[in-house]
Amino acid sequence: MKKAIAIILLAFIAVELFVVFYKIPFGADRMNVARFYLENSPKKLGVANAVTAIVVNFRGFDTLGEVTVLFLASTALGSILFRRREIHTRLSHLRTSVEASVIVRIAGRFLVPLIILLGAYVFIHGHLTPGGGFQGGVIIATGFLFLLLAYRKFTIEHRTITFVESLAGITFAGIGLIGIFLGKTFLENFLPAGKLNDLLSGGIIPLIYIAIGFKVAAELTGILDTVLSISIDVKQKEIESQTEKNE
Amino acid sequence: MNTILTILIVVGAIILVGAAIFAVVKRDLILATVATSVISLILSIFYFILQAPDVALTEAAIGVALTTIIFIVTIRNTKRFEDD
Repeated sequence: MKKAIAIILLAFIAVELFVVFYKIPFGADRMNVARFYLENSPKKLGVANAVTAIVVNFRGFDTLGEVTVLFLASTALGSILFRRREIHTRLSHLRTSVEASVIVRIAGRFLVPLIILLGAYVFIHGHLTPGGGFQGGVIIATGFLFLLLAYRKFTIEHRTITFVESLAGITFAGIGLIGIFLGKTFLENFLPAGKLNDLLSGGIIPLIYIAIGFKVAAELTGILDTVLSISIDVKQKEIESQTEKNE
Repeated sequence: MNTILTILIVVGAIILVGAAIFAVVKRDLILATVATSVISLILSIFYFILQAPDVALTEAAIGVALTTIIFIVTIRNTKRFEDD
């Protein structure tokens, strides 16, 4: 019975899909929305990268939702796994006992500033070149991951991370609200579009992407620090159980 | 130029499928995780060839680096409950 229902449903979906796709001629351009975006993003907004124009301007509200989802995920992870500061300092001697090799430490000295610079470049130039706030933020977070893996003494102040993250989130929402105060809609562009391919062009898009970059970098660095601190916690428990066995 | 691209795509696709099968079959979870990061790397090259550099950047940063690290840390800190 169940199988029969499943087969009937599948056949129904197949017929519907066939009817829909049969009407579209092969290879024809039926996407009016896409054409609108491609024509208007360089002309009206002065944005060279059409993907950025869609993500931040035409669909800016969705991006705010995405950032909120990432914030909720990092908050949930932190609330489950985060250890308090006293435990952290009690375990700090374990951090120094596991040190990375000399090659990793010396390479980190040269690579980490370059990685962070690349991330900043990606999100500042989000409206001109491929990439944007999310990608730049993730690249910066990998730079901090390098620091966390190479130098076990390196710790991240969670208060700073929280401050940067909240400030970036408030900036994003505040830029959106300014649009309402000026008599337009939420997250609508209120700055002049500027010249195409200039760094200071695209209205509010660079400002929003800089805020998103800081927010994503702070959130992901916090997640990585929390996850890596757990591994030290597990090691501490292993050592404790071993000493109990020895006694 | 076009033939070079075709060869690159074919070789990449073979490595991609091989890495995917390796990740499913292998019982060592760390090696399987490294195989999935290889999949992400080749996928990001494919996205770049197919003129989607935004997606390629995201895939390279998240798929290759962040997810792999989080998986490896999680695997190292958990125990296996099935028989090997």
